[in-house]
Amino acid sequence: MANKHRFHFTLGVMLALLLMSGCSQLDIAPLRGTGDMGIVIERAAGNALVVETTHHTILSRVEGLGNLSHASAVFSRDERYAYVFGRDGGLSKVDILRGRLVKRVVQGGNSIGGAISQDGRLIAVSNYKPGGVKIFDAETLTMLADIPAVYGHDGERSKVVGLVDAPGQRFVFSLWDAGETWVVDMHDPANPQIRKFKDIGKFPYDGLITPDGRYYIAGLFGEDGLALLDLWNLDAGMKRILGGYGRGEQALPVYKMPHLEGWAAAGDLLFVPAVGHHEVLVIEQKTWQEVGRIAVHGQPVFVMARPDSRQIWVNFAFPDNDTVQVIDVPTQRIIKTLKPGPAVLHMEFTPRGEQVWISVRDKDLIVVYDTETFRQVTTLPADKPSGIFFTSRAHEIGL
Amino acid sequence: MTLPLTSLHAQEKGISAARQGELIHLLKQDCGSCHGLTLEGGLGPPLLPTDLSGKSPEWLRDVILDGIPDTAMPPWRPILSEDEVAWLVKSMLQGIFDGQ
Repeated sequence: MANKHRFHFTLGVMLALLLMSGCSQLDIAPLRGTGDMGIVIERAAGNALVVETTHHTILSRVEGLGNLSHASAVFSRDERYAYVFGRDGGLSKVDILRGRLVKRVVQGGNSIGGAISQDGRLIAVSNYKPGGVKIFDAETLTMLADIPAVYGHDGERSKVVGLVDAPGQRFVFSLWDAGETWVVDMHDPANPQIRKFKDIGKFPYDGLITPDGRYYIAGLFGEDGLALLDLWNLDAGMKRILGGYGRGEQALPVYKMPHLEGWAAAGDLLFVPAVGHHEVLVIEQKTWQEVGRIAVHGQPVFVMARPDSRQIWVNFAFPDNDTVQVIDVPTQRIIKTLKPGPAVLHMEFTPRGEQVWISVRDKDLIVVYDTETFRQVTTLPADKPSGIFFTSRAHEIGL
Repeated sequence: MTLPLTSLHAQEKGISAARQGELIHLLKQDCGSCHGLTLEGGLGPPLLPTDLSGKSPEWLRDVILDGIPDTAMPPWRPILSEDEVAWLVKSMLQGIFDGQ
């Protein structure tokens, strides 16, 4: 009994000391790391939910991020700040530990995505309007460089897609209207060195980079094929791979542009969406030849490898977007078809892949699955959720 | 609006309030994946009333139903009826997202 009283007394003194010390709320809050945290975009409301994946909780809701109808995010290398790229040209820096918007600049009229540099000091944003890339100081969001995507002879500007970071303090992106890929060396932010690759193919819609940072691939919307650039050997130029993969088949109407985020590489194999077809293409990385195609439920939007590359998870375009399928990599067969609900927009694996978070827009829900048993682990409420981004992206090239 | 909508008005009969709600949802969310959530534009052009002024409702209806070859605009005929598209065109010309 005496011990219990002493304990309560000690606790009381500690609390009193804490209160008297006039510490900010952050100092009283238990210390924590951010490695199991992330954000979920509430696209219609313009919010970011700050979440953690260990206990599946929503920690805070950060409001006022503008129009997030097509939003994506990257993380600072200390995994404390999320940079959110909004459709309205807004670039927002969010402190996920405090659950606060630190700074927001509206840098363009209509933007599509962004990237963080190898050294973590630069944030690049790709814009549809005015077409180009702008580069900002990651700390202050001060603009350091403006790279208009001018092409042709009349000074036209192209919409920019597929922006990624690459080793050597570079950014790589593609020009939708122009059919070009540009590599920008940002060692001297005041003086970007641009190398342009022309005639890469018709309407590049997105781009990705291999996890080792060596290869950049642009997916083509205007023709069946992909464009490949070896960043270790720029002089070799860009080459077309998988030309005519849909040959002899009528392409279907495409109601949602696929994404090439999260290179689905497994060993030598690369899995990508076939535009306008209900198929996932399998490419062998040694030869860059197609070695298989897997019939799936609809037109793939995201084709993403679980972090251990044993499984590929696929979601689909409207009107088949209530479904997620899982491909087993060794057999290249579909081993599971899930129906999370209407309008599955995005999937994100926990850092080592034992669970996956899936946003189900029209159910206002995040559904978490166990990737081994495919059982639903839990759900979290979210207002029209779209992109889910975990901090483990901070240390992945191209994300 | 002074656009000649009469021919389209006649076709919207039979679209229930519930279906109208679904169509607006589709317009925002699915058309919105290219044209923006408030139709402010994206990969596809903006579709606000000022952007559409000067375009005939019939032409807009045909573009939605049959798409535009060699662009990212797909035909919606497999998904939507002609009456539904006519109703959507009318709504877009009137500016369904004004004030939102």
